[in-house]
Amino acid sequence: MLLTLLTAAAAGLVATQDPVRTDAAHTFLPPGPQHWLGTDHLGRDVYSRIVHGARVSLAVGIATSLLGGACGGAVGLASGYAGGAVDLAIQPILDIMQGFPLLVLALVMAAALGPSLLTVIVAIAVPFVPRVARVARAATLSIRDAAYVEAARGLGASRARIALRHILPNVVAPLIVMTTAQLGTAILVEASLSFLGLGVPEPYPSWGRMLSVSAAEFAQRAPWVVIFPGLAISVVVFASNLLGDGLRDFLDPRLRI
Amino acid sequence: MRRFIVRRLALAVLTLAGMSVVIFVLLRLAPGNIVDLLFQSAGYVDPAEKQRITHELLLDRPVAVQYVQWVRQLAGGDLGTSYRYGLPAWQIIRPRIPVTVELGVLALAVAIGLGLPSGVVSAARQHTALDYGLRIVSLAGLSMPAFWLGMLIILVLVRVFGWIPPMLYVAPQADLRGHLLQFLFPALAAGYRSAALINRMTRSSMLEVLREDYVRTGWAKGLPGRAVVYRHALRNALLPIVTVLGTEFAFLIGGLIVTETVFNLPGVARYLVEAILWRDYPVVQNLVMFIAIVVVLSNLAVDILYARLDPRIRYT
Repeated sequence: MLLTLLTAAAAGLVATQDPVRTDAAHTFLPPGPQHWLGTDHLGRDVYSRIVHGARVSLAVGIATSLLGGACGGAVGLASGYAGGAVDLAIQPILDIMQGFPLLVLALVMAAALGPSLLTVIVAIAVPFVPRVARVARAATLSIRDAAYVEAARGLGASRARIALRHILPNVVAPLIVMTTAQLGTAILVEASLSFLGLGVPEPYPSWGRMLSVSAAEFAQRAPWVVIFPGLAISVVVFASNLLGDGLRDFLDPRLRI
Repeated sequence: MRRFIVRRLALAVLTLAGMSVVIFVLLRLAPGNIVDLLFQSAGYVDPAEKQRITHELLLDRPVAVQYVQWVRQLAGGDLGTSYRYGLPAWQIIRPRIPVTVELGVLALAVAIGLGLPSGVVSAARQHTALDYGLRIVSLAGLSMPAFWLGMLIILVLVRVFGWIPPMLYVAPQADLRGHLLQFLFPALAAGYRSAALINRMTRSSMLEVLREDYVRTGWAKGLPGRAVVYRHALRNALLPIVTVLGTEFAFLIGGLIVTETVFNLPGVARYLVEAILWRDYPVVQNLVMFIAIVVVLSNLAVDILYARLDPRIRYT
């Protein structure tokens, strides 16, 4: 995970070639000293594209997790703490959003909002909101009536102050766990969207698009075009899943998903 | 029991109504005029034709009227017209349903068939090499994109076995063996992720149950290990697994979308992607609603199953 972050940050240094430069004379070169992981159908260096693609995948993954986590956390906190009518109004909306298959909702949103980096981030973050909100709400409910919250109320603290200073810190642990767990899913969904042609638009190199339908046609001639980008996705998601598992065990041993 | 089902059914209808509003609003967020987009992709040029379609789609009427009309059509089983094909959408969707259902059922079978036993074994042999191996395999399943796994499978089949999966749909009536072979590998690709999830859920659920008193009693009575694990522990560990299965069903549909694309299977899920790419919005709207109905019904089924499995749940 750390390695990927570093790679993404220093993509310009780690990459050996320009990721978008095409070279018609050198298409489908097998992996070798010049092109470490070979070249694709336009003669672009696969290794450099993967290195630069790490930026897009991680940026989308982290941005969606943070956005979805923050919005979901806020909604869940408000819903759980305020209770009553607010809770009753919010819950059905979350139920409805959660009814959609994640990829279908993301697909339709990406199509409706038009292709751009921001669209992809929003399209993946929105389906996360109800999932995170549910966890935040449950955590809030469990401590809303704790003695120390009552004490704060007795001391005349305002509702906003109680929610932010006393409840939020106790809800943060499950929130972090949930958000990290979403990170891997976010990267996978981004890859799927790009694979289907509705993800991050050109010229950004994206792992999903490197595997898009056109790449599948070349798979027999040049398997490296297909193998390495997919391996990159799997390794990063594997790492973020491990991170999520580790954080869960560390922060909240009771939560088991 | 009957009251529970009726209440749950009413809730499902309400949820579906809400989902229809969301779909409707989402597709009206699309930048630009739907008719213009249809014109671009379908190649209509005649302005009179444009007027006719605008009127046909009720785009010259208030949004509320459009919505009511859409729901009325849906209730009557009318899924609208595909402007890409110039055919009623239902005619295009209907032959595709068996493909997606078969793939979905097979993928689910793969998921349960691989996930459940491996999860039980993993829990029964906790902290052994077998347990660690299975956990790594299942974590890998959660990390691999389904479409990449599909590509790898095709690659291996062609390179190692010299067998090229048929690029065209093989009807079961024409060639049953070829048909099953064609569906087996996509089902593996789509089901692996769910298998991994079921494995993890089964493992943690079994571990919890195996620590309970009655299981210890079972051991102390001298029951054979298999009877304790499968007959006594698994039965109680199944409940959370059924719940996960319900939520995972929605995720499986996502897997079907990409798998049908990779393996070139003419299913409903791939048609959704095609309709989105062609901007055939009337079809997209109806197809997403169709998927929503399937998901809500399957959740309903899981809830009822859950209440049946666990006598502790009251039907209120």
